[in-house]
Amino acid sequence: MTIVANVDLNKNRLATIKGRKIDVPGFKAPVLKKRSTAKNDNVLGWRRENGRVGVRNHVLILPLDDLSNSVCEAVANNIKGTLAIPHAYGRLQFGEDLDIHFRTLIGAGSNPNVAAVVVIGIEDGWTKIIVDGIARTGKPVVGFGIEGVGDIGTIAKASYVAKEFVQWASELQRERCDIGELWVSTKCGESDTTTGLSSCPTVGNMYDKLLPKGIYGVFGETSEITGAEHLCKARAATPEVGERWYAMWKAYQTDVIEQYKTSDLSDSQPTKGNIKGGLSTIEEKALGNLEKIGRNATYIDILQPAEAPAKGPGLYFMDTSSAAAECVTLMAAGGYVVHTFPTGQGNVIGNPIVPVIKITGNPQTMRTMPEHIDVDVSGILRRDMTIPQAGDALIASIVRTSNGRLTAAEALGHREFSMTKLYRSA
Amino acid sequence: MSVPHLLVHEREDNVGVVVVEGLKAGTKMLCVVTHDNSSFELTANADVPIGHKVALKNLKTGDTAIKYGQDIGKMVGAVKIGDYVHVHNLKTKRW
Repeated sequence: MTIVANVDLNKNRLATIKGRKIDVPGFKAPVLKKRSTAKNDNVLGWRRENGRVGVRNHVLILPLDDLSNSVCEAVANNIKGTLAIPHAYGRLQFGEDLDIHFRTLIGAGSNPNVAAVVVIGIEDGWTKIIVDGIARTGKPVVGFGIEGVGDIGTIAKASYVAKEFVQWASELQRERCDIGELWVSTKCGESDTTTGLSSCPTVGNMYDKLLPKGIYGVFGETSEITGAEHLCKARAATPEVGERWYAMWKAYQTDVIEQYKTSDLSDSQPTKGNIKGGLSTIEEKALGNLEKIGRNATYIDILQPAEAPAKGPGLYFMDTSSAAAECVTLMAAGGYVVHTFPTGQGNVIGNPIVPVIKITGNPQTMRTMPEHIDVDVSGILRRDMTIPQAGDALIASIVRTSNGRLTAAEALGHREFSMTKLYRSA
Repeated sequence: MSVPHLLVHEREDNVGVVVVEGLKAGTKMLCVVTHDNSSFELTANADVPIGHKVALKNLKTGDTAIKYGQDIGKMVGAVKIGDYVHVHNLKTKRW
């Protein structure tokens, strides 16, 4: 079956596909146009139907489930300029695990970096849930169920729609937007002692400068706050938020760590890469990690994995894994459009939807794998660059990336889209 | 200022981080406290890789290692000032 939202397939050449008329539901999304107040600090972005600003213009071919990956990849291969994001799950999940799955897919499709979406699932029911969720943004979205049609028929129908979408999206124009309209996430990876000295405080300095301009920020990595939980709790905007944060962190310790550990976590947290980089304990890693939120900001709310923030501009905490691809995927699903990623030993992660800006202060990493790094702050270790100067360099990189410059991870083709899985499927 | 060999976050820290590649035992290190830009000298007792830590004080087994002015774990082996500190003699108090 074909499930359609925010696009009238009968008004173009898609009216009949293989001789069959396509039903168009009467859904009409609310459209909230926000006018730009851009003055000095401009970025060039795409203003979406719901008023949000995106910095990329993807047409996503989004699989509901693992079984639909091959159809999605075939469609993306047929129609140039579209992007399939295959992933591992989506069958027989239930409860909170299924909620996170749906929220992640709906959030990915709803991200302002996405112009339009083709959803493909093995069957219609759950496919419609994703289509309807994305449709709330007002953007064009069409879904297909494979059962009763087969791969080849679905690929043909979905390819016709994808072609219309990508040609439509390719004519959408960037416009001047205020830098304060960006949603900027952060998470670090392959950390070492240099991240706590240089690249993480660089992100913190960026937040100290951009949060007052109205951006949304987010940090997460629940397990990696261990050792700095007293400091993190104290950075909540109110004692009530701090208590909720602490309860969430504590639940992770008892529900996950205590339940599943087979030894102590010394081989996982810190990771082997962290240890090679000089980090000895989770406490040391956590203290460096927390440098990312800067000196001034307090977080105003705690988000579930892949949940969109709803309390206005400011800094949020999202309950995430510390694994890079899972965490960045959840933040992208939360609606963040640019990711800032400090690394010490050289994590190579990217994301299909959100440009990931890599920052390192480790001169050895800068020497051995420079093709992965967007912002070099190794001058901080030589004391010929200050943290505020590094923060300004990162903001300049955010502006250039938003205006269209590909990040290192984008140029290298990194498109890690990793679903968070809480427990075994039914 | 000359390029430092070792950076220390806070004055009360008892470990610091080597920030140059190929540091050799016997090197008289220029050490800088980033919090206030104060500096001091210390001789490294071992070859220490970039990013790895050096003790700023004599520490005995059971002592708390301090970095960022905070508790980063307990010593599970004694070290002298200038010795290499890592997972062989420092362990988390958490798990």
